[in-house]
This record gives sequence, C-alpha cells and structure tokens, in this order.
Amino acid sequence: MARIELHNIAKAYGSVEVMRDINLTIEDGEFIVLVGPSGCGKSTLLRMIAGLEPITDGDFRIDGARMNEIPPRDRDMAMVFQSYALYPHMDVSRNMGFSLEIRKAQKEERGRKVAEAAQTLGLASLTERLPRALSGGQRQRVAMGRAIVRDPSAFLFDEPLSNLDAALRVEMRLEIARLHQRLNATMIYVTHDQVEALTLADRIVVLNAGDIQQVGTPLDLYERPSNKFVAQFIGSPTMNILGVVQSEGGVKLKDGTVLNVGSETGQRQAHELGVRPEHLDVVAEEAAHMRGVAELVEHLGSDTNIHAKIPGVGPVLVRQHGHFPMKTGDAVNIAVDLEKAHLFGPDGVRLAA
Amino acid sequence: MRTLRQSSPVAVTGKYLALGFYVLFALFPLYWLAKIAITPDKLIFTEGTALVPSRFTFENFRTVLLQTDFLAYFRNSLVVSIGTAAITTCIAAAAGYAFSRFDFRGKRLVIAVMLITQMFPLLMIIAPIYKIVAALGLLNSLTSLIIVYTAFNIPFATFLMQSFFDGIPKDLEEAGMIDGCTRFEALRKIILPLTLPGLGATLGFIFTAAWSELLFALMLINSNETMTFPVGLLTFVSKFSVDWGQMMAAGVLALIPSCLFFIFIQRYLVQGLTSGAVKG
Repeated sequence: MARIELHNIAKAYGSVEVMRDINLTIEDGEFIVLVGPSGCGKSTLLRMIAGLEPITDGDFRIDGARMNEIPPRDRDMAMVFQSYALYPHMDVSRNMGFSLEIRKAQKEERGRKVAEAAQTLGLASLTERLPRALSGGQRQRVAMGRAIVRDPSAFLFDEPLSNLDAALRVEMRLEIARLHQRLNATMIYVTHDQVEALTLADRIVVLNAGDIQQVGTPLDLYERPSNKFVAQFIGSPTMNILGVVQSEGGVKLKDGTVLNVGSETGQRQAHELGVRPEHLDVVAEEAAHMRGVAELVEHLGSDTNIHAKIPGVGPVLVRQHGHFPMKTGDAVNIAVDLEKAHLFGPDGVRLAA
Repeated sequence: MRTLRQSSPVAVTGKYLALGFYVLFALFPLYWLAKIAITPDKLIFTEGTALVPSRFTFENFRTVLLQTDFLAYFRNSLVVSIGTAAITTCIAAAAGYAFSRFDFRGKRLVIAVMLITQMFPLLMIIAPIYKIVAALGLLNSLTSLIIVYTAFNIPFATFLMQSFFDGIPKDLEEAGMIDGCTRFEALRKIILPLTLPGLGATLGFIFTAAWSELLFALMLINSNETMTFPVGLLTFVSKFSVDWGQMMAAGVLALIPSCLFFIFIQRYLVQGLTSGAVKG
C-alpha cells in the first residue's frame, strides 16, 4: 500500500535536460498508466520511481517520506521488465522466490508463497524448469510471479506485454486487471499501446517529449483531451484534424463551409477542428457538411472505415458501425457531430468548446 | 532462407572436405610431435619421413622424467601460468565489469591507452623491462615472470571480459537490485554465475599464453632452478646435437595441462548460459 508523490521531478543527462517539472500524485491502490510515444520519457520516469535511475531534481515521496536517495531494494516496489529479466541460472521457483531468499525469509514461508503464486499463474507444473525451457508467455508469467511473491507496496510494469503475440497480450492484459482487483495494490504501468492504457488504467498520464500532457481517467482523455497531442494519441483510429478559421456563427472549413461549433471559445481564435472518425456520419447529400469520394473502404466486420477525400478540405476518415455498404470510388456525404467536435488554438491547446 | 539452408550434396561434400583438410593441417604437427616422441632414437633419421615408426619406445619419456630437470621446469611453468592466469583474470574481470557497466571520467582514455599498449611488438620493450626487473632485484625469480605476463595480458583479458559482461543484460542486475540485492550482491549472485564461461575462457587463454611464453622467460631467467618449461626445452639443444626424441617427449608432456584445462572448461564455453534470460 503506497501513496506516491512526484514534486517537480526533473531528469538531466549531463547538460541535456530530458524531463522537467513532473508533478503527479498516485493514490494508494490506484492503477496509473504512463503512456506516450517512444522516447517521451515514460520508461525513464518509471525507472526513477523504481530507483534505477537517479532523480536529478525534485521531490519523490512514498507515503510522505522522501525517497530520492533510497536504493531500489529499500523502496518495497516490485518491477516487471519488458525483457522479463528472469535469472537464467535459476529455476522457476527460485526465480520467483529470489527476493525472499535475499531477505532471508524462512524456507517454508518461501515455499508456500512461491507455490501459491505459481498456482495462481498456472505455473505449478513448471516450477523446476529453467527460463530457457519456457515459452514467451510462461516467462512473462514467471516475471509477474516474481513480483507477486514479494507482496510489495507498489507494482511497476515496464511495457510487460510488448514481446507477446496479440492473443497472448489480450489474455495477459486481463490477468493484470484481475491481479489489480485482487491485490488492490498501487500499480504503475508503462506502455505505448493506448488500448492497454484505456482498458487497464484508473488514470492515464500522457507524456510527450518529457512533459506531462494530461492526467485523467480514460474517458476524460477521450472526451476532453487537453490538446491536439492527447486528442490524436488517444482513440483509434486517430482523430481527424482539419484546418479552420474563426468566422461568423462558428468556424469555417477551408472549402468555405461554416460549422456551428465553438460559440464559447472566448477571445481565442480556433485554428483547427478535431473530430473523431466515429463522430462523423455518412448521410444523405442535403444533410451533409462535407461531400467527397471514398478513396479506400476497409470492412472490418464490426466497423467500416471509410477513407474519404474531400475537395478543398483534405482526407477524412469516417467510421461507421457494423457493415456499411460502400466501395472505393463511391461518392460520400459526411455530417459532423457538432456536439463532439473539438477546437484547437494555434498552439494546439484545446479551446473550451 | 529455405534456399540458403538446403544445400546440394556437392556443397556438403566440399564443406566436409575443407573441414577435414583444415583439421589435418592443424593437427599434423601435433601428430608429428607425438610420433617422434615414441620413435627410438636410432630410427629417427633412418626412417625420418615414415608416417608410422616401425618400433615404439617410451624410453624418451622415462629419460625426460627421471634424468633431466624437466619436472622442475614443469612445476615452475605451472606456478607461473596458474599465478598469471588467476591474477590476470581477477583484475580483468573487475576492470571489464567497470567498463561494461559504469560511466566514469577518463574511461575512454583508459581504454585508448590499453589499446595502444597492444600495438607495440614486445621486442621493443625487452630492454626496459629487463632494467626494471633487475632494479627490483627480481631477476631469476618466478615472481618477475608473473608480474610481466600479468601486465601484458591484462588489456586483452579486460576486453575479453568486458565483452562477456556486455552479453549479460543489464536488466538482470536491475531486477536483482529491485528484488533486494545490493549492487555487489547482484554481481555475486546473478552476474558471477553467468560469467563463469567468460572467466573460464579468459583463464584458459591466459594460462596457455603464459605456458608457452619463451622470449621473456629466456631473458629474465638464467638459473636452472627457476627455468620455465619453454626455456627448459632449449636445454635439449646442445652445441653439437639436438636430442629430438627427448625434446618431443617433453613437448608431449607439456601439452597435458592445456588439454586437461580445456576439457574441463569446454562445456562452459559451448553452452550459452544466459539463454532464456530475456525475451526470445
């Protein structure tokens, strides 16, 4: 059980500053996902929390106590590495019980806890194998088991599923969600996969280039992204961004169409309109805001993605639920759900619309 | 990929022919060594090029073991080689670990200097080394050889050990430290067991290098008591004749420790201990 606080955390390598002013409070028992593109600093942040990377500046606290200089072994956190980092010369049960071995726990206690974890993770029949005799999914489970056995105050996950194939990834994702429900421990999870972020997190922290872009619940980020980066990063397929200018009664698309959004943008000028593919609809011609041609139609069964080209506006992606009878080259008329459209200023910040 | 793996019978035959030729080429001198060692003296010249001698004898081995100082040379060589290998490997392991895992000021400089020391022919530094050893009063001592060999072999051994440490993922130590180890405990309990093949290879390499070194042994050692085996071999060469049979017998005996050593460590060298550590 741990409440983790980051106050003005900064990280520099020599004179190169990679992170500054990171402020974040993680409540006891919360599942936090750090998400962002490669090189955004999410893993560095996790490693600073783990104690594997020195913190250049700021205050890092666990349950109120400053931890900046405390070595990893005294932070009472368990970590699951992307590479799993299993000890190759130890069998499964010794791998899982290694932390207890180091802490000189009683042999019986160690055996009991390892057996328990192995049972939960379906590894009971593999405890005497060496890591090299395990499949990728099994190794992943052992890595999780190693963390569970310790009963730590917080779990850290560094892209734990990125080396698994798609089916296994879904399965392990569920497993992690169940683990969180069962243990109710604080968990910090790093990923670049927004599906993992949206499905697992209590709150998501979106990072880009060493800065926190937004912190919020998955729905918050989806419905009220604070800027264009978050808007485009969260949600799949990606949000459409169209250039607009402020005009009488709303914003004007590049082809001159006026859309009635952004009446409350205040003094700020809207620069771009953001609308998710699922908030566009294919309609009859007279109800349409945009008219164009379907350049590519993807039939996914559950959805149909229509890549349309709108003369004077540009490419737009429309997502229709279920099977939609349309093929490449067809004329397409699109209506915008004005309630769910977002406006962004020239700096990319979302305007209160 | 498929076309690369499937090869025609001609290519397979060619491959084995090439391998066979190479093995023959590499092992023939050893065979010749053993052959002359068991050939009676009288026959060495009369049937000089015969592949198999018409009669065998172990007389040469008996003479070498009982009537020469060979056993003393052998012991001296063992002391020098084991001492050199042990000291060098310890230092190289520590240095290699530091080069592999830490960033510190002057690291590049140290590496550069170590590389530069490898660029000079040893002949160039014989005189200065002799003067230094003489000034220290270590001439004719095995200690001098251990010091000199250790100094020569450390750079190479360090690079060798560094590459072994580089092959062990950093994640493993970090996992260990999160699991409750200090850095040293992680080194001892996780990294060290995985480095055993590397330590074995380094030990073996340095042992062999020290075992067969002649130049410095010849120069720094004069007395019969502290002669190492390669220098001792030269005592079979007298002003008027060369005692081939005994010399070869001594050579065969000298192969034994190296062979034993490599038989002992080869299983560590062959098997990759780190497999299974990380994804794959």
